[in-house]
Amino acid sequence: MTKTVLNSRRISQRTAFIFLGLATAITVAPVLFIIIYTIVKGGGAISWDFLVQFPSQAGREGGILPAIIGTFYLMLGTLVFALPIGVLAGIYLTEYARDNWLTRLINLAIINLAGVPSIVFGLFGLSVFVMAFHFGLSLLAASLTLAAQALAMVITTSREAILSVPREYREGSLAIGVTKWQTVRHIVLPQSLPGIITGAVLAISRAAGETAPILVVGAAFLLPKLPQSPLDQFMALPYHLYTVAAHIPNMPKETIWGVALVLLIVVLSFDILAAAIRIKTRQRK
Amino acid sequence: MLQQNVAPTAAEVSNRGLKRRLRLGERFIEGWIFLAGLLAIVVLLGIIFILLKEGLPIFTHTPPWEFLFGTKWYPVSDPPTFGIAPFFVSTLMITLISTVVAVPIGVACAAYLSEVAPPKVNDIVKPIIEILAGIPSVMMGFIGLALLSPFVQSLFHLNTGLCGLTAAIMLSLMSLPIIVSVSEDAMHAVPREFKEASYALGATKWETIWHVCIPSALSGIAAAVMLGVGRAIGETMTVLMVAGGALAVPASPTDPMTTMTSAIASGIGNAVRGGLQYQALFAVGLILFILTLAVNIIAERVLERQKRKFAR
Repeated sequence: MTKTVLNSRRISQRTAFIFLGLATAITVAPVLFIIIYTIVKGGGAISWDFLVQFPSQAGREGGILPAIIGTFYLMLGTLVFALPIGVLAGIYLTEYARDNWLTRLINLAIINLAGVPSIVFGLFGLSVFVMAFHFGLSLLAASLTLAAQALAMVITTSREAILSVPREYREGSLAIGVTKWQTVRHIVLPQSLPGIITGAVLAISRAAGETAPILVVGAAFLLPKLPQSPLDQFMALPYHLYTVAAHIPNMPKETIWGVALVLLIVVLSFDILAAAIRIKTRQRK
Repeated sequence: MLQQNVAPTAAEVSNRGLKRRLRLGERFIEGWIFLAGLLAIVVLLGIIFILLKEGLPIFTHTPPWEFLFGTKWYPVSDPPTFGIAPFFVSTLMITLISTVVAVPIGVACAAYLSEVAPPKVNDIVKPIIEILAGIPSVMMGFIGLALLSPFVQSLFHLNTGLCGLTAAIMLSLMSLPIIVSVSEDAMHAVPREFKEASYALGATKWETIWHVCIPSALSGIAAAVMLGVGRAIGETMTVLMVAGGALAVPASPTDPMTTMTSAIASGIGNAVRGGLQYQALFAVGLILFILTLAVNIIAERVLERQKRKFAR
């Protein structure tokens, strides 16, 4: 009797674990499938010409150079605007802020900023950077919009990185008469650099794949030349993928998959870079 | 000490000047640090201000009641009507389905990773889930468009596979990473003593997961669900590409539909800046913002409580 009860409990455990494992497989399998399928379908489209030529025939022929360059500029712009401010804000929250209502308000703002839908950032960018600041539909407006969106993430990762620097380092520095800012600049920042870089890399990887905001603030589908100044319009990989996949009739399937593959490679290589930095620092510690 | 009454040497004087200059420089930098710290608040308030400023004027044209519950969105007819009920219902429907699909899978996956899987499996599975979180939404939209929608179309014998259901399935996949990681953290935080007490009573591992781990982590799991819901409500590109784009109030999940996000994305490019449609789309943005804000605040509250529960 007891034996059968035990047995049935063991069977129910085994059944349950099979379901848990199945759920994990359901989560993991699509990722592998998407990556492998994209490589298989799009690999054939990728050639040197595809990467360095301008598109022709509404993207049906030619290459995607301007989209790659545009995305590169956007990543750079996001980095330039979001990283310094994000790191300074991280320093403020860890080294200077007292535990008061203002700090709580800042933390609340960061958490909620991270949850604002990307399309709402697009509306914000359109109204503020495109119109109020008169930047027009431009690289500059799009970079600022993406930077505003990346801000919460850069602050959070910088804060974590700075917090992980041991207290003793700061106290040792302060004890020999070094000022607070010098301590931050020469002791805390270098120590937290890998963590900050990881966050920055993740943020620009996110910016590279972001589509909804740039759709609102000025990505163009086809442009005759590369952007010459920050106030020019631009093409971008994710917007190009959106347009060729959803709006261009008789688009060769292989070309769409090729665009998707290039986008995936750009985004995931930065993700992998971030992971590599994280693993390397963890090993050193 | 001995030099107390001696006049300061030249070196000391210049040292003092240097110190003052250093201190000034330091004040300057610290001022910037403070301003940077405030920027998150400035941006968030800026977003609220912009949405109110650009969005509220529509209510002088269409009263809030009609705007929210009107079923006709004809922005370019004469006179134009702005009723966002179709978008609202679509968002609700797609979010609901994607949550119902994603939550059991996500929580089961989290339980597996936290309690069952050997470390080696964890080392492989977790990075893959991180990759899933990193796949751009436009890519997911394309996958839904190219691969899932033909499948859904033939499975349900539809005129088009581009419908709410297809979008919901893609969204459930996209909200899995956050649900898995937050639920896993919650289960991980359950004190070991709880589990050991359960084992000591003779419970099997599965019984411990089911009767101890999941109930103890319930508030964390609830927060995970909320965050997943927030993600699904705000997701734009996938829905824009896959949900079909019909403007009527959907009657069934297999109808083509337009959500609040995709309404903004597809309409804003053609809207005259400052015109009625422009205002109406900002008002949609305002409602979207309020919804996601509420969801996030609740999630954050619940997470805080969970943290305090096991804090020792």
